[in-house]
Amino acid sequence: MTEKKRTVRLMQGNEAFTAGALAAGLKFYAGYPITPSTEVAELCSAELPKVGGTFVQMEDEIGSIAAIIGASLTGKKSMTATSGPGFSLMQECIGYASLCEIPIVIIDVQRMGPSTGMPTSPAQGDVMQTRWGTHGDHPIIVLAPGNVRECFDLTLRAFDLSEKYRIPAIVLSDEVIAHMREGVELPLPSEVKPVRRAMPTVPAGYKPYEADPDGGVPPMAPFGMGYRWHVTGLFHDEKGQPTNNPAVAEKLIKRVNAKMQRYASDICEWQEEGLDDCDIAVLSFGASAMSSLAAVRQARRQGIKAGMLRLKTLWPFPEDKVRKVGAKAKKILVPELNFGQVALEVERVAGFDKVVRVNKVNGELFRPEEIYAEIEKTAKGLKGVR
Amino acid sequence: MSNTLSYFRQDRLPHIWCPGCGHGTVTGALVRAIERLGLDKNKVVIVSGIGCSSRAVGYLDFDTLHTTHGRALAFATGIKMARPDLKVVVLTGDGDCTAIGGNHLIHAARRNVGITTIVMNNEIYGMTSGQYSPMTPKGMIGTTAPYGTVERSFDLCKLAEAAGATYVGRATTYHVPLLIDLIMKGLQNDGFSLIESVGQCPTYFGRKNKIGGPVEMLNWIKDHAVPVQAAAKMKPEQLEGKFLIGEFYNKPEPQYAAAYGELIDKVEAEYANVRGGLWECAPNSD
Repeated sequence: MTEKKRTVRLMQGNEAFTAGALAAGLKFYAGYPITPSTEVAELCSAELPKVGGTFVQMEDEIGSIAAIIGASLTGKKSMTATSGPGFSLMQECIGYASLCEIPIVIIDVQRMGPSTGMPTSPAQGDVMQTRWGTHGDHPIIVLAPGNVRECFDLTLRAFDLSEKYRIPAIVLSDEVIAHMREGVELPLPSEVKPVRRAMPTVPAGYKPYEADPDGGVPPMAPFGMGYRWHVTGLFHDEKGQPTNNPAVAEKLIKRVNAKMQRYASDICEWQEEGLDDCDIAVLSFGASAMSSLAAVRQARRQGIKAGMLRLKTLWPFPEDKVRKVGAKAKKILVPELNFGQVALEVERVAGFDKVVRVNKVNGELFRPEEIYAEIEKTAKGLKGVR
Repeated sequence: MSNTLSYFRQDRLPHIWCPGCGHGTVTGALVRAIERLGLDKNKVVIVSGIGCSSRAVGYLDFDTLHTTHGRALAFATGIKMARPDLKVVVLTGDGDCTAIGGNHLIHAARRNVGITTIVMNNEIYGMTSGQYSPMTPKGMIGTTAPYGTVERSFDLCKLAEAAGATYVGRATTYHVPLLIDLIMKGLQNDGFSLIESVGQCPTYFGRKNKIGGPVEMLNWIKDHAVPVQAAAKMKPEQLEGKFLIGEFYNKPEPQYAAAYGELIDKVEAEYANVRGGLWECAPNSD
């Protein structure tokens, strides 16, 4: 059979998330309807049976994440999608998957919060919740697509990273990206090489959590294959059995958390433009980055030395890159649809005085001119200093 | 010859339960049921939530999953739907199953997911030291009901049956042969089975309510449990204050995974030669 040529299709972000998940080899989806992510559930219910996969509409979001963790334990690639209120409900089980090291992917399409908020309006208020929403120190991977093609790419990548490092991966998007339609050229199936978790080969003597204490990732046996291992959200030893031994507990929690930093250089991705000679760097992500880039280009046309850093990975936070940008640029503007969540990290890494927060919290996306005005104001301020 | 111990992770014993606790009896009944049915250890997954009951899975030599509070049935639903060939058992307690996990219970029953759920009902939250649960009988004492609870309790078996479970029964830690028998039948049912085991918590329920130790509690259970066949011949006033034991409901229906499997077969066949669509072999939706 001759393979088809790539074609350009008009698709929305929610479609691209689903296509990316299918490309990764998604075989199990459990979810609960919630705007603005519902299309992902609808599409999965239609597409999964075609590839022998399973869709379950659970009774709530807690059940949804629990079900995908259960399915993942059988070796199937598993995902759920949700938005703010549902994402809040999932927090306990995100911690469970982090500690038990069970690969799962969660699509969180952000809407205005807190609470029911504005269900069909974009926001970026879940940034810190993706990092610290569950209790206790834990690893997490959070990717933020900036256009529809990236919804495909980063969902596929979320599966790859989650499988590779046994860390839950969240694709953090927003209403604009999820509902925006763009012409997208997807890769051909033959061009996609999804990663699968490492598995042990012999059941005898299998220690499910035995690994290099400095962030090692143990191979994971699927349930139902004769390994007969134990999974618990209690702190556990290398055999997976619960323990109150402080030394064993410390070793576990250090190893699990070390994964996030140890593999940060592999996980962190970004896109940049004009950073080399910039006075003013604009650091953004998701839908805000679209407006930001337009503003940066406008500033360049006006003779302002502006540059753009768009983060594709939010957690682990790309510290090294942001530090380097901070060392060169005189100011870093951080436009985001919240009161300043990524800005907190930029302030921590690049210095408090370096950061100019640009926030919008009324359910509307930034217009490029709003960000441009902030760039211009900042540029004038810099001149004044001279 | 019985080889019951071989189903345990013997290096994990002794267990953490209090002397006289009924949970070991139920765990033993499950293992005996599995042994008598000759189930393949490698094809049985046992899932639990949080609480005294849920610590049982750590001692059992199967693939075992000790989950979050109340969510065992939701995790188990994922396992069963991803691997319908596995036998999936949920061990849970009255608080875990009927309070925080109540929503998952009624929906797992409604879907008729192929899960055998064994509820260790000791009528109290034991792990957190004695608070009243949705299964604590009205008037009984708990550390959060120091004057006696004024809440009404569930009839869990009726709840499960009404929600759609296809096998329902109740036994006790006193009526162990019955308990084993019900668990065996529950395991043989393709769909959702619920077996409630009324048991004793001497440390909290017995002590707080001045019923006595494990022996007195088991005697209380013996005196108050009425087999469902005997109850049919008794007058309502004779059944006052008693509870029924035995098989209450047994009407097999296709389990959820089987029904969904048929859907997959149909859709796969329909789209077998269709290319395009969202990804790879998926058809165009437009």
